[in-house]
Amino acid sequence: MKRRTRNATQSLAFFLLTICCLLIVVPVIAIIVYVATQGGGTISWQFLSEFPKNQAREGGIFPALLGSFYLMIGVVLFALPIGLLAAIYLHEYAKQNPLTRLINLSIVNLAGVPSIVFGLFGLSFFVLLLKMGSSLLAASLTLSCLVLPVVVTASREALAAVPNSYREGSLALGATKWQTIRKVVLPQAWPGILTGLVLAVSRAAGETAPLLVIGAAFSPILPNSPLSQFNAIPYHLYVVATQIPKMPKQIQWGIILVLLTMVVLFNLTAIILRIQLRARKRRWGL
Amino acid sequence: MRRASGTENQKKREGRLAGKTVVENSFFGIHPLLASPKKFSKENLIRWIITATGWITVIILTLIMLLLFTEGLPIFSTTNPFSFIFTTDWYPVSDPPVFGILSFIVGSLMVTLTALVIAVPIGVAASAFLAEIATPTLREIIKPIIELLAGLPSIVLGFIGFLLLAPVVQNAFHLSTGLNGLTAGIMLAFICLPTIVSISEDSLSAVPKEYKEAAYALGATKWQTIRRVLIPAARSGIMASVMLGVGRAIGETMVVLMVAGGRLALPNFITDPLSAMTGRIAIEINNAVFGGLQYQALFAMGIVLFLMTLAVNIIADLVLEKQRRRYA
Repeated sequence: MKRRTRNATQSLAFFLLTICCLLIVVPVIAIIVYVATQGGGTISWQFLSEFPKNQAREGGIFPALLGSFYLMIGVVLFALPIGLLAAIYLHEYAKQNPLTRLINLSIVNLAGVPSIVFGLFGLSFFVLLLKMGSSLLAASLTLSCLVLPVVVTASREALAAVPNSYREGSLALGATKWQTIRKVVLPQAWPGILTGLVLAVSRAAGETAPLLVIGAAFSPILPNSPLSQFNAIPYHLYVVATQIPKMPKQIQWGIILVLLTMVVLFNLTAIILRIQLRARKRRWGL
Repeated sequence: MRRASGTENQKKREGRLAGKTVVENSFFGIHPLLASPKKFSKENLIRWIITATGWITVIILTLIMLLLFTEGLPIFSTTNPFSFIFTTDWYPVSDPPVFGILSFIVGSLMVTLTALVIAVPIGVAASAFLAEIATPTLREIIKPIIELLAGLPSIVLGFIGFLLLAPVVQNAFHLSTGLNGLTAGIMLAFICLPTIVSISEDSLSAVPKEYKEAAYALGATKWQTIRRVLIPAARSGIMASVMLGVGRAIGETMVVLMVAGGRLALPNFITDPLSAMTGRIAIEINNAVFGGLQYQALFAMGIVLFLMTLAVNIIADLVLEKQRRRYA
C-alpha cells in the first residue's frame, strides 16, 4: 500500500472511531441537558416537601423522596459492613485455593444476576419466608444483596492498593493482624471503599424492578418503622408514567430530574474520591 | 499478601522443627478456633467472623438458586417442561391456565440481539479510541461520562425511550406503534455499552507494549496496529465484554417493560411489539396469588433467566481468566 492511501485510511478510521465514541457520549449529555430543561421548572421546595395530591397529578413527592432516603440508609447499614468484611477476608485472610476461586466466581455471578431475579428472591425470602411483608426492611435487604458485589469488588481493590510495606511495618511493631488491618490498612483504603459504597448506593437509589416485585406502595403515607410500607422515587416515577391517565408531563420530568440529580451527585462524589485516591497512590509511589 | 503467607509458612516450619504439629487453618480458616479452644482470643473471634462473612456472596447466590427452584419447579408437576419452554400459549388466568414462554424467550433474545448489533461495533470502536487515540485529558473527560451512563437508572432510559425515541422510530419505519422490539433494542444498547467499552478497553490496554512496538518497527501505521495486532490480541477480552453485555441486556427489566410494547404473541419481526421475560415477570407477579400456578410459572421463568445469565457470566469469566493468564 502506498503511504498516502495508508495515511488516508488511517485518518478515515480514526474519524469513524471518534464518531463512535461521540455516539455514546453525546446522548448521555443530551439526556441530562434535556431532562434538566424539561424538569427544571417543576423543581421547587414545595415539590420536594409536599405530599402528592389528586393521584400525584399535583403536589409533591415527599413520601417517595423519604422512602428512597431510608432505602439508601438501609443499603449503607447492611451492604457496607458485610461487603467490607467479605473484602477483608478475600484480600487479607483467604489463601489462593479453589475455595477462594469459588468465592470470586460467586461475586462475578452475583453481579450478573438480573435485578428482577433479585426481586423474586426478595419476595420469596424476605417478604414471604421471613415474613417481613412488603416493607422498607425487606426492600433494603434485597437491594443490599443486589449491590453487594459492587461494594466487595471496590473494597478489595482498595485494600490491594495499600502497599505491603505498611502492613509489614505494623506487624514488625508487634501489632496483631486485626490491629494492622483496622489501624493501618483500613484508614489508607478508606477513599477507595467509599467510592464503591457511593456507587452502590447510587445503583440502589435507581433500581426499580426489585421494588415492583417486592411491592412498593403508591401511597401518600410516610413510613414510620422498618416494617412499614414505603414508596420510592423510581417506583413513583414508574407508576406516574405508566398507570395514571392524564398525568402532567412536567411532573414526570420533574421526578426524573430529581432521580438524575441524585445519581449525578453520587457519581461526582465518586469521581472526587477517586482523584483523592490517585493523589494518595502517588504518595505511595505507585 | 504473598509475603504474609510466606511468614506463615516459616512459622509452620519452625513449629515442625520444635517438634510441634502446627494446625494449618486450611478449611474455611476456622480450624484453629475449633481445634484448640484455649486459643480462643479476640483475634481468633475476628478471624472467624471475617471468614464467615467472606462466604456471604456464595450463600446469597445459593439462596437465590434454592428459592427460585423451590418456588418455580412445582409448576412442572402440572405443566410439562417441554411445552413450558417450547410453546407460545400464555393464558395465566384462564381455567385451566396455560403456560408457554417461548414468545418471551424469543422476545428477550430478539431485543438482546438488536442491542448487540448496535452496541458491539460502537462499543469496540469507542474502546479502541479511548485506549489508543484519545489524549489522557480527553480520556479523563470521556470515561466518567461513560461511567455515568452505566449509573443511569434504567427507568430513566426506559422513560426516554418511551417518550422521545418511540415516536421517532414509529415515523421512521411507518409503524402502527413506536413501542416495539426495535426501540427497546436501541435503548438496551445504551445499557450494555458501558460494560462493553470498559472491559474491551481494559483488555486492549492489557496487551503487552512489545506487540505494539514490534508492529511499529515493521512499519505499520497506528491504525494497522490497532486493527491487525491489538484487537486480535485482545479478542478474548472483547468477547468477554460482549458476553457480559448480553447478560446486562437480557436481564434488563424497566426498558423492555416500558418500551417493548408488551404484546403476548410470538414476534415475527423486530419491529413488532413484544414481551421479554423480565418485563412479563415484573408486570404479572403482583397479580399472582402467592404459591399459585401463575406465581410458580413466573418463578420458573426466573429460573430460565437466571440460568441464561449464569451461563453467560461463567463463560465471560473463563474467557477473561484465560486472557489474564496469557498476558500475566
